Amino acid sequence: MPAIELTNVTKTFPPRTRGEQHLVALDDVSLTVKQGEIFGIIGYSGAGKSTLVRLINALERSTSGSIVVAGEEISSLRERELRRIRLGIGMVFQQFNLFTSRTVWGNIEYPLNVAGVPRAEHQARISELLHFVGLADKAHSYPDELSGGQKQRVGIARALATRPKILLADEATSALDPETTREVLAVLKRVNEEFGVTIVVITHEMEVIRSIAHKVAVMDSGRIVEIGDVFDVFSNPQADATKKFVSTVVKAVPEPTELDTLRRRHPGRIVTLSFNDGNVSQSSVFVELAASGVTFELIYGGINEIQGRTFGHLTLSITGSDSAIESALVRVRPLVTVTEVN
Amino acid sequence: MDELIELLPLLAQSAYETLYIVGLSLFFGGLGGLVLGLGLYTTRRGSFLSNSAVFTVLNVLVNIFRPIPFIIFLAAAQPLARAVVGTGIGNDAIIFTLSLAAAFGISRIVEQNLLTVQPGVIEAARSVGAGPLRIIFTLLIPEALGPLILGYTFIFVALVDMSAVAGYIGGGGLGNFAIQYGYRLFNPVVTWAAVIIIIVLVQLVQWAGNTVARRVMRR
Repeated sequence: MPAIELTNVTKTFPPRTRGEQHLVALDDVSLTVKQGEIFGIIGYSGAGKSTLVRLINALERSTSGSIVVAGEEISSLRERELRRIRLGIGMVFQQFNLFTSRTVWGNIEYPLNVAGVPRAEHQARISELLHFVGLADKAHSYPDELSGGQKQRVGIARALATRPKILLADEATSALDPETTREVLAVLKRVNEEFGVTIVVITHEMEVIRSIAHKVAVMDSGRIVEIGDVFDVFSNPQADATKKFVSTVVKAVPEPTELDTLRRRHPGRIVTLSFNDGNVSQSSVFVELAASGVTFELIYGGINEIQGRTFGHLTLSITGSDSAIESALVRVRPLVTVTEVN
Repeated sequence: MDELIELLPLLAQSAYETLYIVGLSLFFGGLGGLVLGLGLYTTRRGSFLSNSAVFTVLNVLVNIFRPIPFIIFLAAAQPLARAVVGTGIGNDAIIFTLSLAAAFGISRIVEQNLLTVQPGVIEAARSVGAGPLRIIFTLLIPEALGPLILGYTFIFVALVDMSAVAGYIGGGGLGNFAIQYGYRLFNPVVTWAAVIIIIVLVQLVQWAGNTVARRVMRR
């Protein structure tokens, strides 16, 4: 049974003033999130990803389509029944949304009260969560006394208080600096690995997807334009939006202007070797090149690691006799995709 | 000055009556204003009980009653006071009318202060499965409590002001005292005595309101 299954989901918002068009926030969206998965949804602001994530815990209601969460169709449920569903789905927010009138302790206790967890069990659960997120010493602080990263860790602890099976993270790291982002992502990863919580991560940062997601859906103008394993999407992006996102973290082939500069400085034949299948090591390629009697120089590119598999594009300048270069390229073609750059 | 000394017991009695009228009006009007304000806040577009029909009715109702000058409202609402509290004159009628007028004014102050609560905080409470009543009482009001206390303090001062016309329908209090024994008897010392007591009263209440609000907001 999938954790979350959306089928042909559409969401439109009524116009703000009469005569305007309905705003289509989500247009025929289908996706399946497996249990125990970290599923990333990436898109620019306005792509509909925040609306999408709010359909999963029914903070927004869909206009049409089916939304099944933990085996239960929720699009037809009434508000009162939805409250029960929401107890099984935690949510963390970009702006943390902590209750400023309550201490860290009080924030984490709130969902326990809502869920009707007996008071006697609160102490143990809250301190367990505080230790998990590393804030045991901050139990009696108020949110305005915490740093951004600490606030988000409280947000995560609060979202996990009732032991939900699903966690929704809506731009959870977008208000944080890179260092704190890494910290919070590490916590999310532990939530997934140690508690088996299925996580849906909404972001506009490809780095977030790269570091924790297993699968990714790319959204553009209310539609999902690409969906797949993170490695596949990164190593072989298809849609324009995807290519743009991937280029923010993966140094690919040189742009024409960069190529001109490179050509002026490097006299040899310029080729790009693309490592796409994740199992070929660079050293085996370099051994083949060296054995062909050519000399080569790495002039552009980079190698990336995702989920323990490597891929990337290396642009080389190769010098040697024409025949030696040809035979070198023949020897490496079985291993990598070779593109001659002209 | 001699007259003032003679009038001291009456002045004390008047101060007590002002506190009595304002206190009860603040209680009833405050309660009514809180309910109305919560109604305005929760039914507005985008809020968690959003309902444009209810919102429009409440909004228009408040807009109709709020601008009426109190002294005219006092006269206009006299039949209503007679129907509800059994009399159209005296302190009871004043308390009734003052509560009613205050409720409409307070509703706007409550609405404004609730709007300062970040919508995301409400969303967070909804996301853990909290229902509307729980959100209102365990989150919305606590989150806005500091500004609400300051708002109610402000209303206390406004009520002292409004209660000064109580004499027109046979009510008592410092306003009535100042007009009857000071202004009408050409005795400014008596008027000033009432004014000074009002100033001290207002200072004390404002100080108390500030102190409590500061404690609630932790700054």
